[in-house]
Amino acid sequence: MGGFSQAFADAFSLLWDFDARVFEIVLLSLQVSGLAVLIGTFIGLPLGACLAVGSFPGKQTAAVIVNGFMGLPSVVVGVVVYLVLSRSGPMGDFGLLYTPSAMVIAQVVLVVPLMAAIARQVVEDTWRQYREELAALRFGWRDTVRVLLHDCRFSLSVAVLAGLGRAMSEVGAVMIVGGNIDRSTRVMTTAIALETSKGDLPLAIALGMVLLALILFLNAGAFALRTSVMRRFE
Amino acid sequence: MSLFPLQLRDVVFRPNGRAVLDGVDLTLSGEGITVVLGPNGAGKSVLLRTICGLLPSTGGVIDWGGGSFDPLAVGMVFQHPVMLRSSVIDNIALGLVPRGVGARERRMAAMAMLEQIGLADRANDNARQLSGGEQQRLALGRVWLTRPRLLLLDEPTSSLDPSAVEAVERIVRQIRTEGTKILMTTHNLGQATRLADDIVFLAGGRVREHVSVRRFFSQPSSVEARQFIQGELPWHLAF
Repeated sequence: MGGFSQAFADAFSLLWDFDARVFEIVLLSLQVSGLAVLIGTFIGLPLGACLAVGSFPGKQTAAVIVNGFMGLPSVVVGVVVYLVLSRSGPMGDFGLLYTPSAMVIAQVVLVVPLMAAIARQVVEDTWRQYREELAALRFGWRDTVRVLLHDCRFSLSVAVLAGLGRAMSEVGAVMIVGGNIDRSTRVMTTAIALETSKGDLPLAIALGMVLLALILFLNAGAFALRTSVMRRFE
Repeated sequence: MSLFPLQLRDVVFRPNGRAVLDGVDLTLSGEGITVVLGPNGAGKSVLLRTICGLLPSTGGVIDWGGGSFDPLAVGMVFQHPVMLRSSVIDNIALGLVPRGVGARERRMAAMAMLEQIGLADRANDNARQLSGGEQQRLALGRVWLTRPRLLLLDEPTSSLDPSAVEAVERIVRQIRTEGTKILMTTHNLGQATRLADDIVFLAGGRVREHVSVRRFFSQPSSVEARQFIQGELPWHLAF
């Protein structure tokens, strides 16, 4: 019990002293996950909206696949991205393996289906209400997707938050494609896994606290923003 | 190219085997206001949706003045218009988006239209917080802004109070004055007498009468129309 208390005390001390190692890892995590979610937003949300609005052969199959991929095991994504980026893979010449870029790619693959599936559901529900009006105003599918994405912006923030949560808490894929290299590709989750296995609990706990606080802070911020803007337009 | 005379010949809409439109024959000129009357389930709303191209007819021909259907020349306003989660001005400019009008021109045209329909002072308000009558005026302005040749109105005043009805009717008359043909449905016989140039009476998915408004109310020729007017008018005449 005393060991745990000491570990927590040391973890707080690391945070209090703005330990460079901790904040380097936190910064890289935010950069990797933030960029992955940003890219995922530009791919996942329009993809989900197109699946909701579009009318094409195989639409149901596509929707089932996207829904199924929401729960993609991150280690599987890691292995696939590893194979693609490895020297003998189709993108091997870019030399991306074991770089933050590889981690961003893996996280994009993880978050896109999740964001697309949530977006599809949200947009489809709204489209059912708007369908006739937009058709009577002669909206084509591109304009329809654009208008619906804008109109559902408050609900779609949930998709973005879900993507962010998935990206920031993910460990398997970034471990495989990033290699967990100190001062290069070590992010919060891989560092926590490593430091715990090494027995360096203070650093693992400090990073865990930062990770939790960040996720809570981002969710609270998004909730507050959503509530205030919704109050104006709902 | 003119859309008129618009001719419907033996138009059928029969989803799942039940005839909602059962051989509609109708010719519309390009001027004035035509009001479609009929009991519930007569097919009035379906007729408007079929003409608008929102429902595909399962039989018959719709002849647009000998030319092809120009969707951009036909607009429709619904009983319960959709308001986007946005400002009044964004909502009224919406109809110009698929017509490729630039953002600045859209805004200017939308502001001018808001002046015309008396909502300029609400331009930046949340469109969803407008009253029912204001929302219907906004919906009319939204379609009017696209300058349709044919405007279809599906019971536009069904849930409005008398002053809101009066405001909507004033806009409908203005649109008509600008040369837009209007085809509208209503259950309000008083409104039909105030607005209509001619009446189409629909029952059982067929056009039973298409005559001038005066003739329809003074000398209805079909049994169904007589019964319809008698069933409705005692309440109306009590005032």
